[in-house]
Amino acid sequence: MISADEGAGGMFRRWPFFQRLLSWTKPYAPFERGSREYERYDWNSLLAEDQKDRALMTTIMDGTSYYPSRPEMERNLATFAEHAGLAVRYGCRWTATRRDGERWVLETTDGEYRCQVPIFAVGVAEPWRPQMPGIEDVPHYANTRPAESYAGKRVFIIGKENSGFELATGFLQWAKLIVLASPSPAKLSINTRTLVGVRARYVQPYEDHVLAGGVIVLDASIEHIDRAGAAFRVHTRKADAQSDLVFEVDDVIAATGFTSPIRDLPKLGVATVGRNKLPAQTPFWESATVPGVYFGGTIHQASPGLRKHGIPSNSGGVNGHRYNGRILARNIAAKHFGVKPERPVVPRAEVVSYVLAEVTNAPELWHQKAYLARVLLRDEKRGVVDDGILPLQSFVDGGGPDAVAVSLEEDAAGDIYPVLYTRRAGLIAEETLPPHPLHDFRTREHERAVVAALEGLLL
Amino acid sequence: MRSAPDDVTETLASLAIFADLSRPELERVAHTLEERYFAQDERVLREGLSGSAFYIILEGEAAVIAGGQRVNTLGRGEFFGEISVLLGETPVADIVATRPLRCLVLPGKLLQEFLQTNPRVCYRILVAEARKLANVTRRSA
Repeated sequence: MISADEGAGGMFRRWPFFQRLLSWTKPYAPFERGSREYERYDWNSLLAEDQKDRALMTTIMDGTSYYPSRPEMERNLATFAEHAGLAVRYGCRWTATRRDGERWVLETTDGEYRCQVPIFAVGVAEPWRPQMPGIEDVPHYANTRPAESYAGKRVFIIGKENSGFELATGFLQWAKLIVLASPSPAKLSINTRTLVGVRARYVQPYEDHVLAGGVIVLDASIEHIDRAGAAFRVHTRKADAQSDLVFEVDDVIAATGFTSPIRDLPKLGVATVGRNKLPAQTPFWESATVPGVYFGGTIHQASPGLRKHGIPSNSGGVNGHRYNGRILARNIAAKHFGVKPERPVVPRAEVVSYVLAEVTNAPELWHQKAYLARVLLRDEKRGVVDDGILPLQSFVDGGGPDAVAVSLEEDAAGDIYPVLYTRRAGLIAEETLPPHPLHDFRTREHERAVVAALEGLLL
Repeated sequence: MRSAPDDVTETLASLAIFADLSRPELERVAHTLEERYFAQDERVLREGLSGSAFYIILEGEAAVIAGGQRVNTLGRGEFFGEISVLLGETPVADIVATRPLRCLVLPGKLLQEFLQTNPRVCYRILVAEARKLANVTRRSA
């Protein structure tokens, strides 16, 4: 493993700017810390085989909030790296990539590295700006000054997603006027009922806007930005009224998101997707266009899976991609190194209770709804075999023996319910189970539904 | 086709269903839709599976496969998925990328609001649907 950073911690060595994460860890939860079930309540700890290295974040947080601070998250990652004995060469920057026969060569500031399978886990933390006249003079979120330096200033923030609202929240007691602008309306997570949209922690500026309290949340495109002496003039145009508004402000900040520093990979044929040009990936996080090139960490958000009902995966956060990483390792081990994963037998008499226990408590299914699934296969010799947690899309599209994939899903109304995807002679059928008010699906009604779905398949 | 276009707004402006929109309206639409990439042979929509979406093809080509038969081919500027979303039913066909495919996607639950917010796009879609219906009627006559 090589890293350009001087130590473990990744982007948390610098961000979030206002120091608290959006991902929580509940020290006190219905399950014992360190258990698999507890992971559902801990979004920040990495996964460890060794019991003592599980739920590490709970040992680091100081109890003042269930959102860890930036230094606590950095320490969480550094402690994991130290305990797990990860061999990392820090201060080693990847600069270029090339093929050499069957191997890949990574050119770095520390010489060349050769490998059979590269995994690029370089994060989504490189500032990204849209094309816009005048934006080259505008600092990015990454270059925001200390909050007190905005005292008495008029601040224009381009972007109405979490990073824009995070800055606005931090400026509330300092700035004289805050304008948040982007072409489409702000989405709030409490309305989308997902992690899409501005999280509840950052809704205060929106309330100030609604109450006309010195914050303006504007749906308008930014036409151009001019310097006006020490100030800026931001020219905006509303889409609906076709009206122009010009704001003279002291500071403009581009809270326009981040991209991934994938360097020369596009020149090697790696296709990218979306405004921030992340690498397009298969369900197993391999480049969609260059076989053998894999990605890790938050870049997994560009492998969207089925996106049923428009609900995204949580692969942009530790709580989601930590499970993808485990599958990625297993897949690479099998595909490139011939290491077959363990596939334990599930006694037929226990299949129904196992399925319902999984949809009730499996953290992989709760954190990655409609994205990861527990897969059980019918093996003519061994009986029912547990194929592990796998990407749901790979099950639905990939073919294979008769089997079932079990996932949790959420519909447009916000109901959470289990779904069984059965595969019989290659044909996929979807069986939706009813929701439960306490999300405990170990009921007679659910048992009957699972039996009906799996009869003649696994039962 | 390798990389995402620098400016989706420019691409949208060149598609028939967005031909009546002003630049700010195009920008709003570009912010509302999400771009997706599908490798050749990858399935985009799946017959019989719930939770689909509305897709507009930016680049590439897709096959409409119903009952195992290829019944149509879709290309740049064409759209699909609206029937299952509007009727609240699962798709009646698979859509499979026959060449690398780049689409803009709108989650099904947002389609109604999108059409009401953009009546000129809604009108263009209606015209396209009418054309499809006329072609089907002609073929079956």
